[in-house]
Amino acid sequence: MSLDDLYQEIILDHYRSPKNRAPSLEGEDVHVHHSNPLCGDEMDLRLRVADNAVDGLVFDGEGCSISQASASAMTVAVIGRTLDDALDLAEDFRRMMHGEESKRPDDLLDGVAFEGVAKFPVRVKCALLGWMAAKDAIETYLTGERDHEVTHDE
Amino acid sequence: MSFDVQTRKKDFPTLSREVHGRRLVYLDSAATSQTPLPVLDAMDGYYRTCRSNVHRGVYQLAEEATDLYEGARRKLAALVGAPEHGVVFTKNATEACNLVAYSWVRRNLGPDDVVLTTHMEHHANIVPLLHAREDLGFEIRWIPVREDGQLDLEEAARLLDDGRVRFVAVGHVSNVLGTINDVAGIAAMAREANPDCIVHVDGTQAVPQMPVDVPALGVDFYALTGHKMCGPTGIGALVARPELLEQMPPFLTGGEMILDVTTEGATWAPIPGRFEAGTPMIAEAAGLGAAVDYLTEIGLDEVRAHEQQLVAAFLEGLERIEGVSVHGPRDPALRGGAISFKLDGVHPHDIGAMLDSYGVCVRVGHHCTKPLMRHLGVNATARASVYLYNDLDDLPPLLEGLEAAASFFAR
Repeated sequence: MSLDDLYQEIILDHYRSPKNRAPSLEGEDVHVHHSNPLCGDEMDLRLRVADNAVDGLVFDGEGCSISQASASAMTVAVIGRTLDDALDLAEDFRRMMHGEESKRPDDLLDGVAFEGVAKFPVRVKCALLGWMAAKDAIETYLTGERDHEVTHDE
Repeated sequence: MSFDVQTRKKDFPTLSREVHGRRLVYLDSAATSQTPLPVLDAMDGYYRTCRSNVHRGVYQLAEEATDLYEGARRKLAALVGAPEHGVVFTKNATEACNLVAYSWVRRNLGPDDVVLTTHMEHHANIVPLLHAREDLGFEIRWIPVREDGQLDLEEAARLLDDGRVRFVAVGHVSNVLGTINDVAGIAAMAREANPDCIVHVDGTQAVPQMPVDVPALGVDFYALTGHKMCGPTGIGALVARPELLEQMPPFLTGGEMILDVTTEGATWAPIPGRFEAGTPMIAEAAGLGAAVDYLTEIGLDEVRAHEQQLVAAFLEGLERIEGVSVHGPRDPALRGGAISFKLDGVHPHDIGAMLDSYGVCVRVGHHCTKPLMRHLGVNATARASVYLYNDLDDLPPLLEGLEAAASFFAR
């Protein structure tokens, strides 16, 4: 395990130039706030839904390169998917973080670059923060709730 | 410095290993210290030669085990200037703080009382109070931290002024800022405002690195832990005024801690056994006793002097790196061996991962001090902490790793 397994170029690119990082989202349907009690990192995620699909998704917050880059890659992979499909993809990423092989590597797009993070158990939570926030935002939308604060212990 | 660090380093087997092909540079003793051979031998000796339970067998082995256990109490008591029966063994400092919260705070405070604590406390010293407040409804007041990393004692005087503060919880040395607090002064201020005020000190970060005389501080309770002072994990202690312990009911109950048990009820053993329910941590006590011997042989004043020199060099080295700023006091005379810092544009987790690749162990995160993190306006910091086995050779790898992190993560 070397530092390069953790910090692949794709990951650093997302960290340096994050996609869909914004403090607000026009027409926002759901806002969730997640935090990681281990490191104190915080993340706000905003979701807009149209035709039962992820129409807009932005994240904001403070965190390490892994958490920020993973959230960035997640938004790119998830926008445009139906809510159910996005939940399935989030579950696929979660399993990959626990050492299983991804069943949908082509759909994860840059998300596959995080496979190596699974070898660094303390950083798995960082990589999962954005994905679990997205899962929560979608589930929150499906229950009809609109604001949700979660301390993340996944 | 009058003890030889190179010789002492050889006492700590972990320090001779490599990680990622590099010499291990251990800069996380504020989280837990390494273990010297005499401590390992003492624990091993218990398991190999006199393993038996304490305080009950009438055979030779049990007497030897009891001597080890009670001998550790005697040694620790001597180290902090306290009477033996004022030393209660706990599993760590957190349990010691909870013992105070459950057996004193919850038995003595009500909704009209006030507790005074500080923004720089470790969660161990505030969460038991926040929890007790849910049930009792007392008020908690917070001494703020000044820009220079010191407690604002003028504000503390104002917070004490109405004489309603009945309990003070304050840390002796900050695990984040390194600040050494004037706990004797705070205790005197609190008593002047209210003679009945009880003062509890979290001494976790103090006892490993400087001479501490608890009675001389004029405080009532003093929590400490073994694993940061060269001892094993799993043992700590509450040092308390015996008169106070005498009045307190037990925290945990069960075996060992009783005088008599009938179907009607139970009566409690004398102190300190009243607070040590069940089979205690015997091997760990043997280890802690050996750790106290080890530190006493070096001399805690020597450890303190050594650390001050190191801290001065580390502060200077860190501040030479562009983008690094150190939290807490600048004057090594005012601080212990923990140095928290930030590196502009690089998250502490990423600093930690990069330093790890250089063989350097530092702690990153909120250090169980979320109120302080909020005060500093950060989610997390990186923290390097030095101890008796560190030397100036440990500084260049830290600086090298930080320079690498700064350029690697530059945006």
